Amino acid sequence: MVDTARCKGCALCVQACPNGVLALVKKKVNAHGYPYVEPQLDKDCIGCSSCAIVCPDACITVYRKKVEI
Amino acid sequence: MEEKQEVTLMKGNEALARAAIRCGADGFFGYPITPQSEIIETLALLKPWETTGMVVLQAESEVAAINMVYGGAGSGKRVMTTSSSPGIALMQEGIAYMAGAEIPGVFVNVQRGGPGLGTIQPSQSDYFQATRGGGNGDYNTIVLAPASVQEMADFIDLAFTLAFRYRNPAMILSDGVIGQMMEKVVLPPLKPRRTEEQIRKECPWATIGRTPDRKPNILTSLELKPEIMEQRNLSMQRKYQTIKDCEVRYDTQQMDGAEYIIVAFGSAARITEKAIELAKEQGIKVGLFRPITLWPFPEKQLRKAAVGKKGILVAEINAGQMVQDVRLAINGALPVEHFGRLGGIVPEPEEIVKALKTQLIQKEK
Amino acid sequence: MDTSIISPENLVYSKPKLMNDTTMHYCPGCSHGVVHKLVAEVIADMGMEEKTVGICPVGCAVFAYRYLDIDWQEAAHGRAPALATAVKRLWPDRLVFTYQGDGDLACIGTAETLHALNRGENITIIFINNAIYGMTGGQMAPTTLIGQKTSTCPYGRDPVLHGYPLKITELAAQLQGTCYVTRQSVETAGAIIKAKKAIRKAFDASMNKKGSSLVEIVSTCSSGWKLKPAEANKWMEEHMFPFYPKGDLKDTINK
Repeated sequence: MVDTARCKGCALCVQACPNGVLALVKKKVNAHGYPYVEPQLDKDCIGCSSCAIVCPDACITVYRKKVEI
Repeated sequence: MEEKQEVTLMKGNEALARAAIRCGADGFFGYPITPQSEIIETLALLKPWETTGMVVLQAESEVAAINMVYGGAGSGKRVMTTSSSPGIALMQEGIAYMAGAEIPGVFVNVQRGGPGLGTIQPSQSDYFQATRGGGNGDYNTIVLAPASVQEMADFIDLAFTLAFRYRNPAMILSDGVIGQMMEKVVLPPLKPRRTEEQIRKECPWATIGRTPDRKPNILTSLELKPEIMEQRNLSMQRKYQTIKDCEVRYDTQQMDGAEYIIVAFGSAARITEKAIELAKEQGIKVGLFRPITLWPFPEKQLRKAAVGKKGILVAEINAGQMVQDVRLAINGALPVEHFGRLGGIVPEPEEIVKALKTQLIQKEK
Repeated sequence: MDTSIISPENLVYSKPKLMNDTTMHYCPGCSHGVVHKLVAEVIADMGMEEKTVGICPVGCAVFAYRYLDIDWQEAAHGRAPALATAVKRLWPDRLVFTYQGDGDLACIGTAETLHALNRGENITIIFINNAIYGMTGGQMAPTTLIGQKTSTCPYGRDPVLHGYPLKITELAAQLQGTCYVTRQSVETAGAIIKAKKAIRKAFDASMNKKGSSLVEIVSTCSSGWKLKPAEANKWMEEHMFPFYPKGDLKDTINK
């Protein structure tokens, strides 16, 4: 989950994600005038939290569910 | 360490150090400089960290020392530093920051001749630096001027009390004469240092670790929004007005029947006491008005004392600093003249009498 | 979006609880934000929320006190180690740290930095080194690299005109009073995890009275370097890391 109002569009999370889950939105900005980041394909998110760890503004909250196989 | 109230003989600097320990000071952060190094030397010798727990640290510079006072006082502790004129010049940044963040730091200037590195001999040429503030911005430091070893001992507790009462830096403006001379003194009784609970109660603003019952305490002199900064400054100005209304201290001698007044502070006041006696022998009726708080200056009280007098001589060991405050207070009602020596030379009482005669008495004939 | 996954037991990462909701004023991609998070996490991990005093600098982080809910004192430029010295000596059971930039710590504050470290004060100094003066608009710092362009060396830093960059962390590692001196960075998740461990190690050492610690975080300044955050990371890896190599320069905590 991305706090898009807090996001400043620095795109470090995009760089950090191993699976290309996050991307900057095109032609949209938040209330502060920044383009923000959105998850594109939840299914590819493995919950590694790299995005949340590198985010300088603590915008990202990560949930991961253990799946019984 | 003596606990009885006995009369002892010691230097002003030593009395200040011993009194600081006894009044429950929590910390001293200083740097050596003549003529006040005895203060830190006395503290180092007495080892108060083993008895009362008082921290004593020789800092790497006066700049560091005043910032240690900022940090320590900001955490609600009674901490102080001492220095002399050129060192106090270095501390101006820290003093202004303490004034702006409303931190009750205490510092002592044992004045020497200046400007710059100057001389190690005494002077009173930091009156402007003390009362007009050498740092930046609209602020005032409470300034106490001791004129005896006893006052050196008594004023340290008073400085802490006033600093904490108003959350403002407070200064003791001494000089090389008072610091180095030896006189009888009764040191104050030992007062225990405050506990954490007492500090939390007396200083709810102190930064000692945020407990869940309050917001974080932030001490800063920075405020970028001008509307808020104006309000902050106005509130400080109101505080200064309260201090002016409530904390003036001064002393007078031989004012009954006096025709002239000599206004003097610190060691110049002691010399003036003798000058007045000499003048009396010559048939001149003159009294001494001695400001004890240089800021707030006793202007109302001086104006009142000046009523019916023929003239005022301001005797101060500088080129003319307190005389400006006297002239402002008197506002043209009487002639006000200045006498001073410069460069570290301490005047003799006869010189003051001569100045009184040539600059005031003879001029009116 | 499937929201059933959102529940407390599935939470893996969120904003640290000591960090409040105030939007931070730092530029997009600035390393300050990441290090603020780490400091907030470490204080909470140690359970020291009620016993911590932070000293913040003059620099971009002058407003650090707005973002972490602990008690803070704002120091004059470069003086933070002096403030921290007094607070820690007067309140020995508190966690006391400073958070300073390269201009603050290695230029005007050089004396305070080296002396506090050398006295072995039980404090941690967190040093954010991005080789530039960010807050005032990108001027040269003592840590600016040879050839690096800033607003006061627009043709690149020239040793003849400007002298050499200062490696203050190496100096600190030689001081007897220090117990832990390390250089880290926060541009990848892996580096961030290491940096957090370093901060925790330093904070623990100060509480265990082992002496002073200096944790340098080699950082980026997108605005000052005039690079996008991802490019700034790359520039840092290519130019800063060779001159300011990462790793522990001193660790005598257990001696």
